Amino acid sequence: MPEPVDELPITTGDDVVRVRQAVRARAGAAQLSLVDQTKLITAASELARNTLVHGGSGVARVETVERQGRRGVKAVFTDHGPGIADVEKALTDGFTTGSGLGLGLGGSRRLVDEFVLETAVGKGTTVTVIKWTR
Amino acid sequence: MDRVPILSLGDVLLVSMQVDLQDESVVALQEDLAERIVDSGASGVVIDISAVEIVDSFIGRMFATIASLSKVLDAETVVVGMRPAVAITLVELGLSLQGVRTALDLERGLAALRQRRAERGIPLSDESDEADEAVEAPAAAGD
Repeated sequence: MPEPVDELPITTGDDVVRVRQAVRARAGAAQLSLVDQTKLITAASELARNTLVHGGSGVARVETVERQGRRGVKAVFTDHGPGIADVEKALTDGFTTGSGLGLGLGGSRRLVDEFVLETAVGKGTTVTVIKWTR
Repeated sequence: MDRVPILSLGDVLLVSMQVDLQDESVVALQEDLAERIVDSGASGVVIDISAVEIVDSFIGRMFATIASLSKVLDAETVVVGMRPAVAITLVELGLSLQGVRTALDLERGLAALRQRRAERGIPLSDESDEADEAVEAPAAAGD
C-alpha cells in the first residue's frame, strides 16, 4: 500500500474524476471483483459529485480496511455545506434539490455494503461507504 | 477539459468514449453532437462505451438527453458496447435508460440504424463505398 489514506480535495469537476481514479486503484489492489469495483467507483462518483454540487466543496478520504480477515475499501466524503434537513427524503429515489435525477444518495447506498450518513443543517454532511471482498 | 471527438461514418456520427470524463466534458459532448447532427444531416448517432468503466447517473442522463435530442433533430441514437459490470451497476443504481436504444456492439448498432433507415424508406446513399472511412477526425484523439 502506498499511502494509508488517500486524501483528495473536491473543488472542481476534475477532482471528481480523481476521486474515481483513487477508488479504482484501491478497489483493484484490494481485489474486489470487477462488478464490486464498478459498483464502488460508481457510488464514489455520485457521492463526490454531491459533495461538489450540494456541499460546495469538500474532501474525500479513501483507504483500504480490514475486518475479520476480509478486506474492503472505505471512502468518506465530507463537506461543510448546508447539510440535509430531511434525510429520509434525501435517500428516496427521485428526490432532488438540484437538476439531477435524485439517484445519487439512494442509488449509491444500494451499490455498497455499508453506508453511513451524518448530517447537520448549517454544518455539513459526511457520507461513509465501504465495499467488502466476498 | 477533454473534448470527445465525433467521427462521421457515412451518414452516422460515431462517438467513442475513451477517457474518464468530467461532467463538463459530458455536457460539451451533448452540445457538440446537436450541432454536428444539424450540420451534417446525420440520420444516426452511435455512442460506443466499450471502453467506459463506469456509467453514473450523470452520464446515464446524458445518454437519455442525447437520445431525445437526436430524435427531435430526426436522428436515432444507439448506445453500444456496455460492459456487463456497468449494466449490473446501472440497474442497481436505479437508472433504466428509458428511451435509449442499445446494442451489444458497434456492428449491431450500425445494423439497427440501417434497418431503421430502410423501414423509413430512405435510400441507402453512398454508404457502401464510404462505410469504412472515417471522413473527419477532429484533432483531439480521445485516448
